[in-house]
Amino acid sequence: MSETRIVSGNFAAAYGAKLSRVEVVAAYPITPQTEVVEKIAELVADGEMDAEYIKVESEHSAMAACIAASNTGARAYTASSAHGLALMHEMLMWAAGARLPVVMTNINRAMGPPWSVWADHHDTLAQKGTGQMQFFCENNQEVLDSVIMAFKICEDEEIMLPAMVVEDAFILSHTKEPVEIYDQELVDDFLPPYDPDYKIDVDQPLGFGSLGMPDWYMDFRYKKAQAFEKTPEKIQEVNKEFKEVFGRDPGGLIEEYKTDGVDVLIVTMGSISSTSKDVIDELRDEGHNVGLARLRTFRPFPVEQFREITKGVNVVGVLDRNYTFGHGGDAAREIKDALYGHRDLILKDYIVGLGGRDLTPKILKKVMLDAISLQDKGLDKEIEWVDLRADRKKWRG
Amino acid sequence: MSEEEDIFRIVKDPKDHTDLPRTEITDCPSHLMNKTGSWRTLRPIVDKEKCIECGICWKFCPDVSIEVKEGEGAVVDYDFCKGCGICAKECPVDAIDMEKEADYV
Amino acid sequence: MKEIRFHGRGGQGAVTASEFLARAAFAEENDVQSFPMYGVERRGAPVTAFTRVDSKAVRNKAQIHEPDIVIVMDMALLDAVDVTDGLKPDGKVILNTEKAPEEVDLGVDNPKYTVDASSIAVEHRLGSEVAPIVNTAILGAVVRATGLVKIETLVDVVRKNAPAKKEENAKATEQAYEEVRGEDLE
Repeated sequence: MSETRIVSGNFAAAYGAKLSRVEVVAAYPITPQTEVVEKIAELVADGEMDAEYIKVESEHSAMAACIAASNTGARAYTASSAHGLALMHEMLMWAAGARLPVVMTNINRAMGPPWSVWADHHDTLAQKGTGQMQFFCENNQEVLDSVIMAFKICEDEEIMLPAMVVEDAFILSHTKEPVEIYDQELVDDFLPPYDPDYKIDVDQPLGFGSLGMPDWYMDFRYKKAQAFEKTPEKIQEVNKEFKEVFGRDPGGLIEEYKTDGVDVLIVTMGSISSTSKDVIDELRDEGHNVGLARLRTFRPFPVEQFREITKGVNVVGVLDRNYTFGHGGDAAREIKDALYGHRDLILKDYIVGLGGRDLTPKILKKVMLDAISLQDKGLDKEIEWVDLRADRKKWRG
Repeated sequence: MSEEEDIFRIVKDPKDHTDLPRTEITDCPSHLMNKTGSWRTLRPIVDKEKCIECGICWKFCPDVSIEVKEGEGAVVDYDFCKGCGICAKECPVDAIDMEKEADYV
Repeated sequence: MKEIRFHGRGGQGAVTASEFLARAAFAEENDVQSFPMYGVERRGAPVTAFTRVDSKAVRNKAQIHEPDIVIVMDMALLDAVDVTDGLKPDGKVILNTEKAPEEVDLGVDNPKYTVDASSIAVEHRLGSEVAPIVNTAILGAVVRATGLVKIETLVDVVRKNAPAKKEENAKATEQAYEEVRGEDLE
């Protein structure tokens, strides 16, 4: 019987792995991910989860072990955060290039220095070039759902690529809220066992990851690129199936919240989307024609969908909980890229909430009103940092 | 200069980013403000009679919170000792016991 | 929607209190959220925990800055922490103390409720005399003072979820519910 329990995002991730019948978990602890792997270790020790738990000495080894496990045909899972994820970088790229459906959870945490354990998307987005799919969760239910869905998407024979399911540090990882924990049988119906075409097998020896000379490397990369091109459609297909089986829609590529016919579109990722929905409702009650696009899938970037939902929109206000030096916020850049040659509108990049800076409904409302005001006054600046200490009055009133 | 004034010698009372140095620099680290000894639930007690002043506890302490003073034996810095118990475990002559912090407060 | 803030010390069960309250509210078909103050935790240090309760979906994931209800589990915290920070003008404060409400000075006009949760906990052998675990007791007082949930629901949650001494914890909750004092309580 499915059961609704009040659990943290970390617990939800662990349960996602359990329900997905993960067979190998290799992980290294780091705040605020530690409880994910502690919970899994507990479930394995108690016999509630039938998996090999490998204690490794670093995150690089964690992903390496998962890659090897996946290559033998075992469903593999790991989790990390910030500096741990950064340490995994080489292996994140390897998993993608090796076409292995490893799923991991990353707890979005700021990169130091300054040393921080709090919510920030830069760690995940700094890995956007690795070839991993990236799903940004809004709440704990979605964390659970996304882990299960990710395995289904990743293990599809047309796809065979790894994914990251990401959740905000503390805001989701350590906050308890009601989550429906599905019946194992229901998940088993949805997610069949992992059975890859080729695997490491002593009875049928094969070589993997061999040298690619210049006259072959590009062709292999093209084939992998083609597989990645299929992911938007596959994600939507699996999302639809998930909805049919579990009665819940995790959001697909973009969740459209009251976006029909809006003049102003606000774009968010992760947990701030949840708080923002309250603010959107308030602004709409006050007569503003504004809606929210929650960017759930960052990789693949939903280019077609963005072009579609910005038809008739005058202003796009993007809330980026990340900043790359010399580059700006990642979501804004990618949206601009998607819209180039397709839409002529005002787009402003708001840098918000870095290092766990709290985003209250009040501050979010000010940001959205600023975006709304651009319709009349035009774009004042391309990038604006919100709620810096030097600037508090503007955003806190 | 008072201890507190000393801490912010690089920047006194920063208000916002314009007051900050190019990165997080302190010339006076947090130990003046953050007495990690308050974290303890167990505290090491050294039996001076047994202590042979070998220095192994000092070598193993992850926190520089125990040192050997000639003639005094191993001396614990209770301002910072977090009570991890490694010294007690490593002492070759069992001169250190871990006791309940609550009994000493 | 109600936003609740608990002030305790590491090891006193403030975080558990925030969770039990959430579970009780959830059992009465509310949407809920509970979370500790985010950061590195350690024994003895002040701990702040939060609960949000609403009859409709709780989507706000920001921190709680203006609580409706504040609970003080350890009076010694009043020296170190501004427990009434952000408290709404009509917000209620429930304190663990043997003093009567009128004897407690918080520097604000808000309604106060007091209960000797420490003695109740010791009576039911929850924790030790030096370090009683007051969370289940104080929750009983919170429910009486605020009517946030029915006492039966809370006691049921306590009984089901207490890791040990389930009956003792449940009784402590009930006793505090009876004994809490406040000017609008008869």
